Amino acid sequence: MSTQHSRSAARLMISPSVILLLAWMIIPLSLTLYFSFLRYNLLMPGANPFVGFENYTYFLTDPAFFTALTNTLLLVGGVLVITIIGGVLLALLLDQPMWGQGIVRILVIAPFFVMPTVSALVWKNMFMNPVNGLFAYMAKAVGLQPFDFLAVAPLASIIVIVSWQWLPFATLILLTAMQSLDSERLEAAEMDGAGPFARFFYMVVPHLSRAITVVILIQTIFLLSIFAEILVTTNGGPGNASTNLTYLVYAQSLLQFDVGGGSAGGVVAIILANIVAIFLMRMIGKNLDA
Amino acid sequence: MGRITLDKVAKRFGEVEVIPPLDLTIEDGEFVVFVGPSGCGKSTLLRLIAGLEDVSGGEIRIDGQNATEMPPAKRGLAMVFQSYALYPHMTVRKNIAFPLKMAGMPEEEQKRRIDNAAKILNLTDYIDRRPGQLSGGQRQRVAIGRAIVREPAAFLFDEPLSNLDAALRVGMRLEITELHSRLKTTMIYVTHDQVEAMTMADKIVVLRAGHIEQVGSPLELYRTPRNVFVAGFIGSPKMNLIEGGEAGKHGCKTIGIRPEHISVSPTEGMWKGRVGVSEHLGSDTFFYVHETGLREDMTVRVSGEVEMKSGDTVYLTPDMDKLHRFDDAGLRLS
Ligand SMILES: Nc1ncnc2c1ncn2[C@@H]1O[C@H](COP(=O)(O)OP(=O)(O)OP(=O)(O)O)[C@@H](O)[C@H]1O
Ligand SMILES: [Mg+2]
Repeated sequence: MSTQHSRSAARLMISPSVILLLAWMIIPLSLTLYFSFLRYNLLMPGANPFVGFENYTYFLTDPAFFTALTNTLLLVGGVLVITIIGGVLLALLLDQPMWGQGIVRILVIAPFFVMPTVSALVWKNMFMNPVNGLFAYMAKAVGLQPFDFLAVAPLASIIVIVSWQWLPFATLILLTAMQSLDSERLEAAEMDGAGPFARFFYMVVPHLSRAITVVILIQTIFLLSIFAEILVTTNGGPGNASTNLTYLVYAQSLLQFDVGGGSAGGVVAIILANIVAIFLMRMIGKNLDA
Repeated sequence: MGRITLDKVAKRFGEVEVIPPLDLTIEDGEFVVFVGPSGCGKSTLLRLIAGLEDVSGGEIRIDGQNATEMPPAKRGLAMVFQSYALYPHMTVRKNIAFPLKMAGMPEEEQKRRIDNAAKILNLTDYIDRRPGQLSGGQRQRVAIGRAIVREPAAFLFDEPLSNLDAALRVGMRLEITELHSRLKTTMIYVTHDQVEAMTMADKIVVLRAGHIEQVGSPLELYRTPRNVFVAGFIGSPKMNLIEGGEAGKHGCKTIGIRPEHISVSPTEGMWKGRVGVSEHLGSDTFFYVHETGLREDMTVRVSGEVEMKSGDTVYLTPDMDKLHRFDDAGLRLS
């Protein structure tokens, strides 16, 4: 792929897919941008006048916006912390030689294959339900008052549910990375007087840093747009205690039929996601260069 | 300060006995080389001494103290691995400092030792680089540096030079020998390179399938190999081992004669043969001689340049004083 000729041929070959991808992205994006400057409410048919930044002012000054912003960051941060710490520990465990390793590994990966709506419903109805849930049953068995997770600690409950879904992904990537750690290096550290904890912090963790970076980047992209889990469990409530940006945009445009406001929210969410992405790249992206 | 005694040490992996019970004493300050064919258990034995493998039986004593159950770090031994096993995310300085840091040594003492090691091994120029930015020889030096700063009771080397090119290997061989004469610390060195074994060792231990075949100084093994295996293993090119009628004449099962103890003449001698391949090294010439009337082909080594072509007829005469005789069990007859 180094001659002038082969390079231009390559460009020609990939242009259809590039153009298709661009159209796929550009059309919805520009429509969203366009709508965000209109007064466009499905309950008020007729003219959709151009209103400038009114939708943005409205969205950004809405007190729900800041709650949603905090919730989004808490959700992303909480899930990242749980899945990475849990993933490293699980990977350590699965890396040990043990009986039935193959089956255990498949079982650990399983949650990743369950649809978000399904797993959230299972958690809501079978585990966290204050009347029929397994946790309520266990609490009652030891004589405690059942705890209504989704009503009292809605955001924390959603963080737990989402973490459960993403833990396998983190574990899988970290386990692969761990298996590529040279055993002679660990033995050298052992001879150098490093105990199990020192070996973990000085050898294993630095070796995993690149894999951890990948996990953080990929998960952040998906976690910023968590939606189904909130819709089927708490509906963003009580109040807006578990509303994140995605859910707020949904509520704006489809529950209040305000397409203009929703679009403005979407644009704000895109800008915020890009800020987070730049921030992440700056902070940990350099790990990927080495 | 570094006397290692193995008392009936054995190692089994599951059902397979890799090292049957074995006794060996390594004196303080000795340079001991383990040699043997691939898979004979050299690395395993070294790892048993290091504590990286548990023994299946017997006792390891270091300076009279029972070390059999001690964890590796407590044994006061330092190991240099074939793959160097450097820590890629740390600079050379941090790599060398790691064992000292783990031992909780004060900063000034750490610095003094690291600078000292860097000077001995010429690491100073790249002390702030990472292992990924070093050549193989430099990495090897860092690995040795990491071992010497600990001032261990003994060094363990597992084929440390096998990843280096020939020229570098000669250089590092000299450096390690010099290091030994300077530090006077016990060193145990695993290799399957003849030259390394012969030139570096105070004492060579020849292993076969986990058994010790012979222990002795390089020249002892060269002059008086205890059995056919050692005779064939030590020396390069290999000793000519001859069985059958010719050996019967000397009243034994096998006779052995080293290639350098055979004289060559184009006109007269004991065995007549035809030259096959000849290898000219400049300083020496090796001939492979066929059709000698013996069952085996003979290898002959002659000093300097000798003009002889493939197909030429030669006469070989062994030096009778240097003939080795072995009995039916393969043991040496004096
Ligand atoms: N962890 C293990 N499990 C089972 N068998 C093993 C294990 N490690 C080594 N062995 C066996 O023990 C024997 C000795 O191995 P070892 O690595 O000590 O050989 P070596 O003399 O160092 O060979 P080389 O010169 O090729 O490095 C071999 O037959 C090997 O297959
Ligand atoms: Mg080996």
